[in-house]
Amino acid sequence: MNQIPALIRVFSYLSLLTVGGGMAAFPEMKVLTVEVHKWLTFSQLIHLYSVGQMAPGPNMMMIVSIGQWAGGLPGAIVTVIAFFGPTALLAYIVTKTWKKLQKWPWRNSIEKGLAPVSIGLLLAGCFSMAKGAITGLETATIAVVTLLILLHYKINPALLVVGGAVVGLLTYLPK
Amino acid sequence: MSSSTAAPALPAAAGTSEPRASLWQVFLEFLVIGATSFGGVVPYLRNNLVVKRQWLDDKEFVEMLSISQSLPGLNATNMAVQVGEKLHGLLGSVVAVIGMCLPGGVLMYAAGIFYRLHGNHPWSTAALKGVAAAAVGLILATVVGLSKKSLASNYDFIFMAATVLAVNRFHWSVLRALVVIGIFAVLFHYPRKTKKVSATE
Repeated sequence: MNQIPALIRVFSYLSLLTVGGGMAAFPEMKVLTVEVHKWLTFSQLIHLYSVGQMAPGPNMMMIVSIGQWAGGLPGAIVTVIAFFGPTALLAYIVTKTWKKLQKWPWRNSIEKGLAPVSIGLLLAGCFSMAKGAITGLETATIAVVTLLILLHYKINPALLVVGGAVVGLLTYLPK
Repeated sequence: MSSSTAAPALPAAAGTSEPRASLWQVFLEFLVIGATSFGGVVPYLRNNLVVKRQWLDDKEFVEMLSISQSLPGLNATNMAVQVGEKLHGLLGSVVAVIGMCLPGGVLMYAAGIFYRLHGNHPWSTAALKGVAAAAVGLILATVVGLSKKSLASNYDFIFMAATVLAVNRFHWSVLRALVVIGIFAVLFHYPRKTKKVSATE
């Protein structure tokens, strides 16, 4: 079955929800990719997202893997274009009209008003992912320790994700 | 092409939009950033574009970053669009975004195939449990960092909590939460002339 049109629809919609960061779209991504289209399971989605945090570049490149699973190389390519195209176009238009917008009094209101909502969306995405990722005391400890280290030390977050892999191996590998 | 004698690294006079980098240079620089920016693109963007290339100054960089954050889309690609536009117009934006996405995209293409083949191996599942838990901690740290920076009043925390409840508890779609609570929050911060707060209920 040809999944290309569905990939374009889903990822161009998700694109516009990424206010504040990619994680804002996560709850919707779960509904559409896991429950509606069944391209992957919830735990696969969590795994791909997490592995994606170790890759360089925009931190949502894991969408490429979903596109590849659903539609091969063409699927991967249309997914990237659908996910980055709409917001890139919007950013381009805003860049061109920025000087006019600067004098618009509501610009500041929008910036201030959207900040708490976008942070709320990130947090909601985080909780939605935590439901699948935090399965017991061990995983909760890894998450909290990661958080505390990041808040107190200047360290590359990708290294901590690699550290999580090592701790996971040591904790869960069947002896 | 027909630029007169080379005047390297002149401080950008505001208003001139003369490209100071070729299309190929723009693509290559963003390809390098796209391939090396492990753990978040912002510091790499600043280091490569402001410090190394001096294509923009710190003030411009911060301004572009604040635009990136209040628009939908990821910082990485929104910054690529803006810097690309400044350096080389529409085509500059296009090649910057492609350069930014290409390395990570190829990597995740391969990683996705590898995961599909070996994701059920006991070694993989053990490591992935730890990776996913660490990723949760990482998002929480992002949330804390952003809150410290841009949540000013207690009301902002109410808007934030309302958004979380709407999505997680009442299963609103992200779009609905964004539009409904977003409109409330924007109206709450309506442009005031004076600091006088009058009850508008």
